[in-house]
Amino acid sequence: MVVKPDSASFPPPNAQPHASWETRGFWEGAGRGELVLQWCTECSAVQHKPRGLCVDCLSDEGLVHFVASGEGTVHSFTVTEQNQAKGFVDVCPYIMAYIRLAEGPRILSAITECDPDSVAIGSSVRAAFVAQERTDEEAFAVPVFHLC
Amino acid sequence: MVQNGFPQNVAIAGVYEHPSRFSPNKTEFQIMAESAKGALDDAGLTRNDVDGLFGASMSMGLMGIVDLAEYLDLYPDYLDGTNIGGSSFVAHVSHAAAAINAGLCNVALVLYGSTAASNSMAIGTGGSGGSKNPDVAFSTPYGMTTVGSYAMYAKLHMETFGTTSEQLAEIAVTMRKHAALNPLAKMRTPISIDDVLSSRMISRPLHLLDCCIISDGGGAIVVTSAERARDLRKTPVSILGSSEAVQHQGTGYNDLLTIAAKQSGEVAFGQAGVSREDIDLAMIYDSFTITVLATLENLGFCEPGEGGDFVSNAGIALGSKLPVNPDGGGMSSNHPGMRGIFLVIEAVKQLRNECEARQVSGAEIALAHGTGGTIGDKHSGATLILGIDR
Repeated sequence: MVVKPDSASFPPPNAQPHASWETRGFWEGAGRGELVLQWCTECSAVQHKPRGLCVDCLSDEGLVHFVASGEGTVHSFTVTEQNQAKGFVDVCPYIMAYIRLAEGPRILSAITECDPDSVAIGSSVRAAFVAQERTDEEAFAVPVFHLC
Repeated sequence: MVQNGFPQNVAIAGVYEHPSRFSPNKTEFQIMAESAKGALDDAGLTRNDVDGLFGASMSMGLMGIVDLAEYLDLYPDYLDGTNIGGSSFVAHVSHAAAAINAGLCNVALVLYGSTAASNSMAIGTGGSGGSKNPDVAFSTPYGMTTVGSYAMYAKLHMETFGTTSEQLAEIAVTMRKHAALNPLAKMRTPISIDDVLSSRMISRPLHLLDCCIISDGGGAIVVTSAERARDLRKTPVSILGSSEAVQHQGTGYNDLLTIAAKQSGEVAFGQAGVSREDIDLAMIYDSFTITVLATLENLGFCEPGEGGDFVSNAGIALGSKLPVNPDGGGMSSNHPGMRGIFLVIEAVKQLRNECEARQVSGAEIALAHGTGGTIGDKHSGATLILGIDR
């Protein structure tokens, strides 16, 4: 499910992803409420972040996108209490985290809509998707994670 | 791992640490030029002897090293503007040694200058503004900061090994204790473990006093052949080993707790043919307390997970088996954004027995390890092992 943010929500409105042709699949997938990863049908590697070829075998022929489960566990996290950057000043404290996805790779993200003290390394999380107001035509959303 | 006898008979002949910690009326290049004079004077050389120019700074980008050559009116035979973050200058010394061994230059000048403090630059806590660069889109929306990445490393280290905030705080306390002995250090008032723990939280579990300071500053290093160095003003400091490495997210599977220092340290120790016990002092990049702990473990001074105990009870203070950063480090002496050059400068001064109140007595072999970028995310590491013959 893709949710519309209210004014105080995370990520702040000025922190929006922009895509290259290599990363477009990821951000468009998020816009549909899907966590999209890349899988190489030639060497079976699953890679994140997305690239124009599989860097394990350097093949671009076998690389395909697939919809991941959106499930994972907290690998590590920090509650950021100070970030002077525009937008983030207003959302501190926020929880930035590395999530170990069920499909293997680690992804940098945020854990939202919970008390920071309730997050622990190893906590099970599930992807959620935040669609930001954009001035361009892109139908992107930002994957974040919620505690299960 | 490459070990073909490198480095061979290369020495550091001169160093200079710019004394300024706040220079609102100077430019980066001006600080570099003043530092160049200091290091050349230290060596007993002149600008006309320089045939290799190495440099990096927070604002030097494409063509930066050419801009620097123009500013200095130099026409070197060898240029290296490698910028891999704060470790750059440790790597420059290694690259200079390689260039000298290859006969590409004979007198290499390594330069750094910064006005980070007078520009009010938020180095560690200003991450993720509204960049439109697709390459940073995977961190921009999440408020990635430098300190935040180190904090996630620290949190994982604590969870995995039971490392405590008190143990990290001890590193900051030790650096401040050392700074009190360094007349140039910016922060010289002693602090306690409680002071660190009660300082404001920046990115859990890292407090304000777990973080380095921000200052202006700069420095210079002169590298030349051992043969040339022998006839110069100061006792030459030999380059025994030097290597660099990177660590990053790869394709999403790398062990977060393994940092670049593991790879660069193994190679440098192999080249030098010395053991960890032979190191009389270590200059370790201390952007944050956790940086020191992670680096000590990854360089093999203790086992993974033992860093907390290693630094406790003044374990890395002057008088211990392995004094770390007798100058007070980036936490208390100076941190203009890319501190690597000061690691080398202090190591050389210590080996030359010039450090007075903070002198590690009888120091003959020193290690310097610079970290660039962010541990917990992508970073570079460069290790240098230096020795002196008395």
